[in-house]
Amino acid sequence: MIRGRFLSVTTAAATLIAAATHAEPDPDAGATLFNQCKACHQIGEGAKNRVGPQLNDLNGRVAGSVDGFRYSKPMANAGENGLVWTDETLNAFLEDPQSYIPKTKMGFRGIKDAEDRAKLIAYLDSFSPDMLLHSSDNPHDLDPAILAIKGDVAYGEYLSGECKTCHQEDGSAQGMPSITGWAEEDFVTVMHAYKNKSRTHPVMQMMAGRLSNEEIAALAAYFGGLE
Amino acid sequence: MFKLNRRLFLGSSAAALGTLAAPAVMAAAHGKPRVVVIGGGAGGATAARYLAKDSDGAIDVTLVEPSRTYFTCFFSNLYLGGFKQMDDLGHTYGTLASDYGINVIHDWAVDVDPDGKTVTLAGGAMLGYDKLILSPGIDFVDGAVEGWSVDVQNKMPHAYKAGSQTELLKSQIMAMPEGGTFAMVAPPNPYRCPPGPYERISMVAHALKANNPTAKIIVADPKPKFSKQGLFQEGWNKHYAGMVDWIGEDFGGGNVSVDADAMTVTIDGEETKVDVCNVIPAMKAGRIADMAGVTDGNWAPVNAADLSSKANADIHVLGDSAQQGDMPKSGFSANSQAKVCANAVRGALTGSTVFPAKFSNTCWSLIAENDGVKVGATYEATPEKIASQGGFISQTGEDSATRKATYEESEGWYSGIVADMFG
Repeated sequence: MIRGRFLSVTTAAATLIAAATHAEPDPDAGATLFNQCKACHQIGEGAKNRVGPQLNDLNGRVAGSVDGFRYSKPMANAGENGLVWTDETLNAFLEDPQSYIPKTKMGFRGIKDAEDRAKLIAYLDSFSPDMLLHSSDNPHDLDPAILAIKGDVAYGEYLSGECKTCHQEDGSAQGMPSITGWAEEDFVTVMHAYKNKSRTHPVMQMMAGRLSNEEIAALAAYFGGLE
Repeated sequence: MFKLNRRLFLGSSAAALGTLAAPAVMAAAHGKPRVVVIGGGAGGATAARYLAKDSDGAIDVTLVEPSRTYFTCFFSNLYLGGFKQMDDLGHTYGTLASDYGINVIHDWAVDVDPDGKTVTLAGGAMLGYDKLILSPGIDFVDGAVEGWSVDVQNKMPHAYKAGSQTELLKSQIMAMPEGGTFAMVAPPNPYRCPPGPYERISMVAHALKANNPTAKIIVADPKPKFSKQGLFQEGWNKHYAGMVDWIGEDFGGGNVSVDADAMTVTIDGEETKVDVCNVIPAMKAGRIADMAGVTDGNWAPVNAADLSSKANADIHVLGDSAQQGDMPKSGFSANSQAKVCANAVRGALTGSTVFPAKFSNTCWSLIAENDGVKVGATYEATPEKIASQGGFISQTGEDSATRKATYEESEGWYSGIVADMFG
């Protein structure tokens, strides 16, 4: 896993995200669908690379990045070019793997039924407890100058007071996502997704909307340093 | 940078300080500046915690709060609706004392001498301060509702300070006869928690629908409209059709009197016998603000940048008592103001960096089970007031998943804000 730490998203937050788009698919239904993957992929406790890479913590993983697995050249290239597995990218890939990544080693015909794909992805996500990024949060969409801003931790600590009315300083999540200990790039990426309204949550759009690029960097630096 | 300043300050003589570009520092005889905070709610507890936490012991912080267990007014309507237990709303000050070194005193502040800079407690003790932070919440305007005074609050509860009043109101609701009438006298603006009376109507309706479905609710309201009105009225029609009769200003809702012995409410000349009467009178700043000489009329005018009183630069007023501009009187607002104030007070006393003020507020309300709505805005400090920068509100007709998510989010906020207040 190249991208390092991802934040934990609570059930409630996952519900919020799902509510903004569609009803949350049932992961149990996905377990049956996963049977057709089992010949090559393991998932769950102790999962190892077999014919295909192990699939724990898949959501948020850079494509082609599991240590010790020999990927096809096209899959490794896709990861190097910035492909991150999210609900959306998995959905596109699983619909027709060979057209999404031509010459991938994954010899699977794909799943044509969108609801089945959603169920399978929900099942896969249930083994990605720390999933964070949506496909729309791709950091490659951000101006590199924004990602390069070095945040002022002291200013971030002051600004964090606004966040802490809801998000807890000790990282505990009781209905609000934990926002401590994120990689700074992830934090900045997500906040800009609210600022530019590609993420839909109204409170977060409002909070992020009036923060400058420097203020977002300051918050990322401060919260990134909290355990 | 501010750390360097602070270290220099702590290790330097007063003479050396004169060469620093830091603000005037007021050190007490024992070497530490003293801040007294009166009121341990969303404003006061937060201010005390941030001052103690961020100053690393450089400021001596005393918090004066009469209650050993503080019951939050926010979410107390959910107790009326049966969604929360009273215990869920109770919080104590042990962590603020043990982990943050705050001197927590459970007593009433009964006087302030702004010239001598002392606070007198009911127990007789006097506390000296360099900066005083008042966050005393609300008191009620005498004579605001004809026939009602605090002397009859056990017959006609206000339940607008959470605790025994809330429990009393709930027990009265549960004891209503079949098909009985619940009346509310709603307050005029400005008052604590703008959506609060209407969330309360929703929660009372929820409780009655389950236990006493033929009961009626009447609301006498001096206002022509109210917070989240479209959302509440949509919800009342959906969940409690025919149960709620809201009588606004246009229909004489402001022309109201009550008789606590007869248990009657008279609205625009029409007398109604009721079984429960929840009178939420007009409000004013907590009494100690008057004693400190910082009120002008019912409220305490403050400067937006640091919540300092317009009458006294060494007294700050937070939350419901403050007349600050556009922010609603809410726990969220008080918590937001407290952090801006703490930053400014710490800067004034220790020379730490004072960052620009930013404020925000969100109010969640529950209309029925898993039917939550919210309204919020951000604010900035202008020379005149705390000014709104715009906000958002839940939409009518939202799907049930969105409403459920909004309610779950409010529970997350509750956990967050009480952690931010009490540590």
